[in-house]
Amino acid sequence: MSKTPEKQPGDPKTTGHSWDGIEEFDNPMPRWWLWTFYATIVWGVIYTILYPAWPLVQSATAGVLGWSTRANVQQEIVEFEERNAPLNAALVATPLEDISKDPNLQQYAVNAGGAVFRTWCAQCHGSGAQGAKGFPNLLDDAWLWGGTLEDIVHTVAHGIRNEESDEARYSEMPAFGEILEPEEISQVVQYVMSLSGAQTDDAAAQAGKVVFEDNCAACHGEDGKGDVTQGAPNLTDAIWLYGGDEKTLTETVTYSRFGVMPAWQNRLTEAQIRAVSAYVHQLGGGQ
Amino acid sequence: MSNYIKLIALGLVTLFAAIGTNYARDLAYQVHAILVMLIAGGLFIWTLRNTDEPDILVDRSGEYMDGVIRYGVIATAFWGVVGFLAGTFIAFQLAFPVLNFEWAEGYLNFGRLRPLHTSAVIFAFGGNALIATSFYVVQRTSAARLWGGNLAWFVFWGYQLFIVLAATGYVLGGTQSKEYAEPEWYVDLWLTIVWVAYLAVFLGTIVKRKEPHIYVANWFYLSFIVTVAMLHLVNNMTLPVSIWGSKSVIVWSGVQDAMIQWWYGHNAVGFFLTAGFLGMMYYFIPKQAERPVFSYKLSIIHFWALIFLYIWAGPHHLHYTALPDWASTLGMVFSVVLWMPSWGGMINGLMTLSGAWDKLRTDPIIRMMVISVGFYGMSTFEGPMMSIRAVNSLSHYTDWTIGHVHSGALGWNGMITFGALYFLVPVLWKRERLYSLQMVSWHFWLATIGIVLYAASMWVTGIMEGLMWREVDANGFLVNSFADTVAAKFPMYVVRALGGVLYVAGAVIMCYNLWMTVRRAPAKEASLTVAVPAE
Repeated sequence: MSKTPEKQPGDPKTTGHSWDGIEEFDNPMPRWWLWTFYATIVWGVIYTILYPAWPLVQSATAGVLGWSTRANVQQEIVEFEERNAPLNAALVATPLEDISKDPNLQQYAVNAGGAVFRTWCAQCHGSGAQGAKGFPNLLDDAWLWGGTLEDIVHTVAHGIRNEESDEARYSEMPAFGEILEPEEISQVVQYVMSLSGAQTDDAAAQAGKVVFEDNCAACHGEDGKGDVTQGAPNLTDAIWLYGGDEKTLTETVTYSRFGVMPAWQNRLTEAQIRAVSAYVHQLGGGQ
Repeated sequence: MSNYIKLIALGLVTLFAAIGTNYARDLAYQVHAILVMLIAGGLFIWTLRNTDEPDILVDRSGEYMDGVIRYGVIATAFWGVVGFLAGTFIAFQLAFPVLNFEWAEGYLNFGRLRPLHTSAVIFAFGGNALIATSFYVVQRTSAARLWGGNLAWFVFWGYQLFIVLAATGYVLGGTQSKEYAEPEWYVDLWLTIVWVAYLAVFLGTIVKRKEPHIYVANWFYLSFIVTVAMLHLVNNMTLPVSIWGSKSVIVWSGVQDAMIQWWYGHNAVGFFLTAGFLGMMYYFIPKQAERPVFSYKLSIIHFWALIFLYIWAGPHHLHYTALPDWASTLGMVFSVVLWMPSWGGMINGLMTLSGAWDKLRTDPIIRMMVISVGFYGMSTFEGPMMSIRAVNSLSHYTDWTIGHVHSGALGWNGMITFGALYFLVPVLWKRERLYSLQMVSWHFWLATIGIVLYAASMWVTGIMEGLMWREVDANGFLVNSFADTVAAKFPMYVVRALGGVLYVAGAVIMCYNLWMTVRRAPAKEASLTVAVPAE
C-alpha cells in the first residue's frame, strides 16, 4: 500500500504527479504504434470510398467498386442456376424409370438430392437417413408406402397424414384401447410379437391370433405382412418404427400412432423432388 | 427523521410485493415478488428496531471506506466460482447432451443455463470486481473517502439483489431474450437505480478528491460507468405486458432492434470488459510492479481514441444479415481502426514493467497480470481481424467466436481480476503477505493451460465447422448437413470442457489461498488507512 516506485538510474522524466505512489513517465508514444494507427485511419478512409459506407439522407454512398452483398449472392445463385438449368430440365422431362439409365443425370440427381435431403429431411430421418423412433429408416428395404421411385416421389411431394395436400398418404389405425379389453390387447401383442419370432407366452399368443384376425387383419393382412397401399406395416419382420418390445407394442395398440410428414410440393421444385427421391431410392432399399 | 422515510418506503415496497405474489401471472415474477417481499419486510423490521436509538457519531471522514470493498472481494470470488462452474457444466452438456436431465427439463437445460453462465461471469464476477476495485482505486488515487456515506453499501447489496433476480429469472424462464441483456423490465429498472447510485458515489468521490489531477484509472472507470448506463437504458426500452408479470415487449423492431442490441452487446464488451478492466490494470500493475506508468501521453491518446471508436463497432456482429451494407462497412472500419487504441493499453501495461522484468521470475502475481495483458493484446487483435467481412463470413456463428470471447474473458478479465484480488486481500485484511505464493503459481498454470485448451479447441472446431458449412460441390450443392458438423465437433467439445475444469480448479485454489490469508497469514502492524494525498 505504501509501496513507492523504485527509481532506477537512466529512468526518463515523470510528469511530476503521483497518486498513491503511482507516477507516470513522460515517454513519447511508440512510433510504430502511432504510425500503425495512422495507417489504419488512412486505410479506413480509402475503404469507405471503395465500399458502401456513408449514410446520406435517403440512401448511403454506394462505393466506387459497386460492391454489394445482396448483388454478390444473387450473382452466385444465378451462376449455379444457369449451369444447372439444362440438367434440371432433363430431370423433369425424363420419365422416372429412365433417369438411372443416363449416368450423368443419375449422378446429378443423387448429388442434388443429397443436398436437399441434408437440408430438409435430415432433421427427422437423420443425416445418414438411418431414421429414428417414429421416423422410418430409409436405408433398408422395408417400405410403408412403397419403395419404387414413383412411390417415393408421391410421398415426398404430398407427404403423409398432413392437411397441406389432398393427395397426402392417409390411413389411420384405431386406438384399440377404446375397442378391446386390456386382456385382449395383451393377447394380441403376444401374437404380434410371435409373428417376428420373439419370445412369447404361447397360450396368450394363440388367443391373440383370434383377436388379430377379427381386428387387425383387414389392414395388416391375414399373414401380418402389411399392405403398402394403406401404409400398414409388415409385422413379420424385425423392423419396428416405434419399437417391438411388449411395452411399446401395448402402447401402439392402445393409443395408436399418427406419424405425419409434410408435403414438399410447395417448398421444393419438381426437379428437387425428383432428385431427392432418386437419392433416397439409391440408398439401398429402392425397389 | 430519515428512518421514518425509509420505513414508509420499505413498507410500501413490502405491500406492493405482497400484492404481486398474489396477482403474479408467471412463476418468475411470483418468485421474485416473494423474494422482494421478504427482503423489504426484513429491512422494515430491522430499521424499525433501530429507530430512535441514540446515534453514536464517529467521524470517519478521514479514513478510507474499506468494509464494502472487503464484501466486494468476497462476492467477486464467490460469483467467479459459481460462473465458472456453470460454464464448465454447460460445456459438458454440449459434449454429452444426456446431461440435459429430463427431470430438470425447462429449468436446467442448456438454454436456461447458458445466460446464467454468461451473466454470472460478466455481471456477477466481472461487475463485482469492477465495483470493488473502482471503490478501492478511486479512494486511494483521490485521497478521499467514498462520497455518500452508506450509499456505497446500497450499491453493493443492490447489485447482489440484481444478480439474484437475474439468475433466478433465467432458470424460471423470465427473459427478454436479448443476449447479455436478458433480465426483464423490473430487474432492469432496479439495476438503473443501483447504477445511478454507483455513478453518484464514484463521481462524488472524484469531485471531493484531494489530488489536483484525476488518475488515468479513474477516467476508464468513469467512462465505463457512464456508457454502461446509456447502453442499458437504450437497449432495455420495453413496455411491460402487465405490471404483475415479467413479460415485456421491446419498443424497437426488426433490424433496428438487432442493431441496437449489438450496439449494446459490443459496447458491453467495450466498456464493461475493456474500459473498466483497463482501469483496474492501470492501478494494480504499477502498484504490483512498483514502477511508474510507461507513458502518460500514450494513456491519454489511447483512452480518447478507444472511447470514441468503440461505440461505432457494433455492426460487425451483423455482417451478411438484413443490416444494410453501409452500416456493416462502417462497423468493420471502426473495428479495424480500433486495433491500435486497444493495443495502447497493452503497451502501457507491459512497458510499465521495463526495469522490473526480473519480477516475473519471483512474483507469480505479476506473472498473472502480465499474461492477462498478453491475452488482452491477443483478443484485441483477433477481434478486429474477425470483424473483417471476409474473415467473418467464415467465423460467424461458429465456435471461433466462443473461443475469441473466452480468451478475452478467461485470459484478460479473469487473470487481471485474480491479480487484483491477490493484491487486495492482504491490504484489506491487514496481512503482511499472502498465505502461499506457491498456490498462486499453481493457480497461474492451471488457469493458463485451461485457457490454452479452451481457445485452441475452439479455433479448431470453429474453422472446421465454418469450412464444412460453406462446402459445396461442383453443382453448387451443400456437401454437409448441420448434424454432420455437430458430430465432427465432439472431441473438441470434450477438450474445451476439460479446459474449463482446469480453470475452475485454479479458482478454487485461489479461494482457499485467500481464505487462509485472512485466517492464518501474519497480521500487519501499522497500516495506512488514512486518506493522505500522495504529493
